[in-house]
Amino acid sequence: MNRPAPVFRLAEALRSGLPVVTCEIASGDGADAGDIVRRAHLVRDHVDAVNVPDNTAGIVHLSALAASALLVREGVDPVMHVTCRDRNRLALQSDLLGAATLGVRNVLCLTGDHMVHGDHPDAKPVFDLDSLQLLVLANLLRGGRYMSGREIVPAPDLFPGATENPFAPPYDFRPLRLMKKIEAGARFIQTQITFNVARFAAFMEGVRDLGLDRRVPILAGVAPLRSARAARYLQERVPGMEVPDAIVRRMEQAGPDRTRREDEGIRICVEIIDQLRDIKGLAGFHLMPIRWEEAVGEIASRARLLPARASLLGPFAAAAVDDGGAEGRAAADGSALQRAREHRA
Amino acid sequence: MAFSARIRLGVPGGVRRFFRRHPRLARVLEIAVLPVEAASKKVAFGCRMCGQCILHETGMTCPMGCPKTLRNGPCGGVRMNGHCEVVPEMMCVWVKAERRSRWLPWRAAIVRIQPALDWSLQGSSAWVNVLAGRHEKEAS
Repeated sequence: MNRPAPVFRLAEALRSGLPVVTCEIASGDGADAGDIVRRAHLVRDHVDAVNVPDNTAGIVHLSALAASALLVREGVDPVMHVTCRDRNRLALQSDLLGAATLGVRNVLCLTGDHMVHGDHPDAKPVFDLDSLQLLVLANLLRGGRYMSGREIVPAPDLFPGATENPFAPPYDFRPLRLMKKIEAGARFIQTQITFNVARFAAFMEGVRDLGLDRRVPILAGVAPLRSARAARYLQERVPGMEVPDAIVRRMEQAGPDRTRREDEGIRICVEIIDQLRDIKGLAGFHLMPIRWEEAVGEIASRARLLPARASLLGPFAAAAVDDGGAEGRAAADGSALQRAREHRA
Repeated sequence: MAFSARIRLGVPGGVRRFFRRHPRLARVLEIAVLPVEAASKKVAFGCRMCGQCILHETGMTCPMGCPKTLRNGPCGGVRMNGHCEVVPEMMCVWVKAERRSRWLPWRAAIVRIQPALDWSLQGSSAWVNVLAGRHEKEAS
């Protein structure tokens, strides 16, 4: 089997010390490899790695393992989400091993959204392990042992990551939980979507006090809103998501016109990225465009986000990113165009 | 404090060896102890009898009351009012655990990484398990 190894992987990007950009794409819903590949191609020039979610919100989609393997074939480094909701420790181990065999190294260890909010609320919740125990397990496999103690030859070369949500109570405990995850073996962190920058700054203060930002790279989660309805949905219906009223109001003021509300959503996202840049201890950004991959190029160009890969690989990769940005720039307003030019100069 | 199986009680090795040599005696003891343990811990802490008690490390709050049975901290779905994402009328067990743990002299125990559960011990007596050393294999 010919398996072109991605030129530049997330692990190297994070090690470079340059700002890193990752992006989550929506899972496919049909037996169609083209759909996943199309979404990945929309974002690939702007990011170092692409996250592939695992039945988000308890709604069935194409398997994250299959989608990640497709991305590897496309030369995109995937971050496969692994949740404990649907699989016990046997299935988790065989999936992690299977992922490594297919060239999927980055695994994001999650507990998983509960299925009560999904499309199969009547399913049996598994939760045999939790996200921390899954991190321990991934590192155990990496060290060449199954949970039973049996040896694995050769051991899977996994790069386990974890998440943290600074926007859910108990707020004081969140940095400590992050510390636990790092001690359990998390090598990178991607956070929940930031809309409340003040809360995120307070969280990062706790993180810096514990010295965690120096132990692992932390990528701040950001997302563009597409409409006032989407903003209200996230605010009211998604537990653990904090959308301040001011942001919902701005989206409402943008009106029902599609280009105006989408432009406002991207502007808010870019503003949040700019504010987050002032917070010490961040290693980059994790974009979650919620089924709106088309916006990623635009956000990257307006917020001057460059993947570490582009800065390191020299003129060719930089040109590729520039091309991707050019389309977005044509649609961007004058000020964004100017800012992007200044950045290039 | 003997609510908890994994408190470092320092059970004398002799006791463990004795129960290992006489598993039937451990069983007899369990039959006697189980109703007492189940009733007292259920009333006091909402115990679910996982058989591997870590109450003292989780702010004297049973983590098995969490719909995801999380033993290592709260999930990312805790509502803004501190309630559970699955059962909206219930306070998140980890919000409670974190609050209560502040009052405990051994509050730092809450950051210890709890190993995966041994589901085969479910329904057994955590007290007898600690005496007989049955919980030990979980240390991974």
